[in-house]
Amino acid sequence: MINGTVVDLSRIQFAATALYHFLFVPLTLGLSFLLAAMETVYVTTGKPIYKQMAMFWSRLFMINFALGVATGLTMEFQFGTNWSFYSSFVGDIFGAPLAIEGLMAFFMESTFVGLMVFGWQRLSKGQHLAVTWLVALGSNLSALWILVANGFMQNPKGAAFDPITMRMHLTSFQQLIFSPDAQSKFVHTSIAGYVTGAVFVAGVSAFYMLRKRHMDLAKRSFRIAVLFGVLATIGVVTLGDALGFVDAKAQPTKLAAMEGLWRSEPAPMPFNVIAIPEQSEQRNIDAVQVPAVLSLLVTHSLTGTVPAIDTLEKRAEQRIENGIPAVEALKALSHDPQDASAMAQFDAHKADLGYGFLVQRYAPHLSEVTPSEIQKAAKDSIPPVAAVFWSFRAMVGMGLLMLAFFVLATLYSLRDRIQKKTWILKVAVWMIPVPFLADEAGWLVAELGRQPWTVYGVLPTWMSASTHSVGYMAFSLIGFVALYSVFIAVEMYLMVRAIRLGPPEHGGGDAERPLSRPTLAPRPVPAAPYGTKLEG
Amino acid sequence: MNTFAIAQVIWWVLLGVLLMGLAVMVGMDMGVGAILRYVGRTDTERRVALNIIGPHWDGNQVWFILGGGAIFAAFPLIYATAFSGFYVVMLLLLWTMIMRPIGFEYRSRIDNPAWRNVWDWALVVSGAVPMIVFGAAFGNLFHGVPFHFDWDMTSYYTGSFLSLLNPFAVMAGVLSLSLSAMMGSLTVMSGAEGAPYQRARALAQIAGLVAIALFAIGGFWVHALPGYQLLSVPGLGVPQTPLQQTVGVGGSWLQNFGTHPLLWLAPLLGFTGMLGAVFAARAGRSHLGWWLGAGAWIGVIGSAGAALFPFMLPSSSDPSMSLTVWNSSSSELTLLWMIGFAAVFVPLILWYTSWAFWVMRGKVTEDAVVHDEHAY
Repeated sequence: MINGTVVDLSRIQFAATALYHFLFVPLTLGLSFLLAAMETVYVTTGKPIYKQMAMFWSRLFMINFALGVATGLTMEFQFGTNWSFYSSFVGDIFGAPLAIEGLMAFFMESTFVGLMVFGWQRLSKGQHLAVTWLVALGSNLSALWILVANGFMQNPKGAAFDPITMRMHLTSFQQLIFSPDAQSKFVHTSIAGYVTGAVFVAGVSAFYMLRKRHMDLAKRSFRIAVLFGVLATIGVVTLGDALGFVDAKAQPTKLAAMEGLWRSEPAPMPFNVIAIPEQSEQRNIDAVQVPAVLSLLVTHSLTGTVPAIDTLEKRAEQRIENGIPAVEALKALSHDPQDASAMAQFDAHKADLGYGFLVQRYAPHLSEVTPSEIQKAAKDSIPPVAAVFWSFRAMVGMGLLMLAFFVLATLYSLRDRIQKKTWILKVAVWMIPVPFLADEAGWLVAELGRQPWTVYGVLPTWMSASTHSVGYMAFSLIGFVALYSVFIAVEMYLMVRAIRLGPPEHGGGDAERPLSRPTLAPRPVPAAPYGTKLEG
Repeated sequence: MNTFAIAQVIWWVLLGVLLMGLAVMVGMDMGVGAILRYVGRTDTERRVALNIIGPHWDGNQVWFILGGGAIFAAFPLIYATAFSGFYVVMLLLLWTMIMRPIGFEYRSRIDNPAWRNVWDWALVVSGAVPMIVFGAAFGNLFHGVPFHFDWDMTSYYTGSFLSLLNPFAVMAGVLSLSLSAMMGSLTVMSGAEGAPYQRARALAQIAGLVAIALFAIGGFWVHALPGYQLLSVPGLGVPQTPLQQTVGVGGSWLQNFGTHPLLWLAPLLGFTGMLGAVFAARAGRSHLGWWLGAGAWIGVIGSAGAALFPFMLPSSSDPSMSLTVWNSSSSELTLLWMIGFAAVFVPLILWYTSWAFWVMRGKVTEDAVVHDEHAY
């Protein structure tokens, strides 16, 4: 059995490295689209200022992109190093979207990002524009496949457990990728990235306008960003609502935690605007409620109800009792795969196998399980309510704040009065950290709300980790913290420095500079470097 | 063989192709990093070396990421067992690998010798260490790795970090490093002029000769290591776990070569590629040398795969729990879908990668590096 401290350390490491990675990814998603938009304006109108804009923002893009790539490496390998049981248990399903992400998306994004940066002199206008769009497309497809993988953890579709191989296997690829959870999460998350990019560009542009520097570039960038931002924020709120609707059905424990719902109530259910949830007493110490709003929000009707934690715990108890024979049958099958009676017992109880695993944490020998152990495991089936409740409110609050900001900023920007409204420019600068914090809060809602499962209802977190020693896990955690702290300091320093330096003054900028490589120099070696045999 | 078994073998081959892609494409960038401070003595010379691979390292690195993803998708048991078993080594690999994107992107953004020196060393370490780990991981497969499974397929690794650094594995690690140093040198030759070109030319030959010697020693050494044989399995192309087979240890890892003499073509390709690359470097034919070096990698990895088949991760503490092509793969449905995706996207990747190299062809001059705002 895996040491509990090892599981906790593995969770801390995963959360820390994922939250860190997720500081850079949304900006890549949003900024890549803004770069493509600016360059499109350049190619269609021929105005050099838009080329200058695309080049300037791409410099900031690359500072961010480098850390996104570097920290993404950690994520790709962490499942295997720290979560080996999880990896072998669901690799059949979970690994596929990760591999497809590499094949379809990340290769494209990374290959073309090199050309986007180094290819200004080598490519025609149209070619370079295509390259920039492919970078944006690649980063978004990348998000799609990662969220398909994540969607499976939230709501496992298209898979079944195979008692012979002792792991899950794919039953329908279509169900896996078209899972409603995966689809609404993809749209919600990638649009959250667009919001992040928009706030970033608007904030940096406002910084220049406040200092009366690079006015033309800043005004134009600001306008593109806020227009993009207002649409994206509306999208993110709408899709967030859709995601809540999906979660209400697929992950009732997450929804109950998000809303601090301890006791079941008849429709229409009131909404806790603010509350202080207390898990040990299973109640909200204090709450500000609005009648009927919860039913409207999560069921889109006045007569709908969602189950509260008291009901969910009762359900979990029943499922645990039903799951115990499934685990016992599985043990018998591992000794003799031909055992027909064990197979029949497994088939009768397999729907609750995960709940059988859940109680195994307290009762390694399931034949001796006590009612109090079952109750304890049932209590475990509820995620940490206060953390999920408050992360959710932080995310939504910041989302609405950004919406208000973008609406105002768009109005002033379209009437060309933004440069005079210094208060809103100052707000814009202060808004820069907000989308990043909202993204992190969103991650916490999604992944803390999924607890105690790595795969909802199927595989408990406590079983999923690797069988390492506490020392190993402490060592790796310390290593990551040290390395990542240095990285973020360097990144912030370079980012702030590049922003302060700003784009090259006097119009032309990079376009006037000498070529990075001779466009077509006479060469002493054969014309085809590596890999070009396919050409012509 | 049924469809499942065929799909398993196809994925075994595809995984080999991806690892070869990784070795060739990531290996050359790692090689440039590892030799950076040798081929480039001045800051500008180093920048020239970095800018030769500047437009491409990002794309090339995806071979590494895809390698991880493909093992996860096609052979989840290998991904889970090997990555957790090789824990400290994997951390070493990761921690050095993640310094690389940052090293490339941030190094030249500040014009300060101390700053650039630190990142240069980071690039050297993040070039050399991952290639040693890559080779050493392969080397360990021939010894077997101490791991076993519980009834529910929880895996336990019972060795220490140091047991992964046995002499054979270290030799394989140095072989991998010298091959990538050779490829890195040939890459620098293709894009640089003057002194860096001459240094790279000399180094390509030395690294190539070291690789030839190590590959030959490795061949004899493997001959002396006991090989693994599958004694009984539930069947080929049958869903199974490693708990349901028996494995014998003895004989030699070269048994497959005895049964199928055509497999000798792989080591032959390895030697020919290395020797050819050395001569090409000598003659100043860097592109030809690069292709021959790619052939050498294909030969070396092909030889290792051919010797090990069907084993993928032999267990030294409980050989019957060794992971093979037959017991560690994903289900038939997953493998078939993934074959479809690979069939479409691998050719597409090769095509646009070639185009990117074609667009950026030519020498990188010192003057250009100094004056380009976007240059590394």
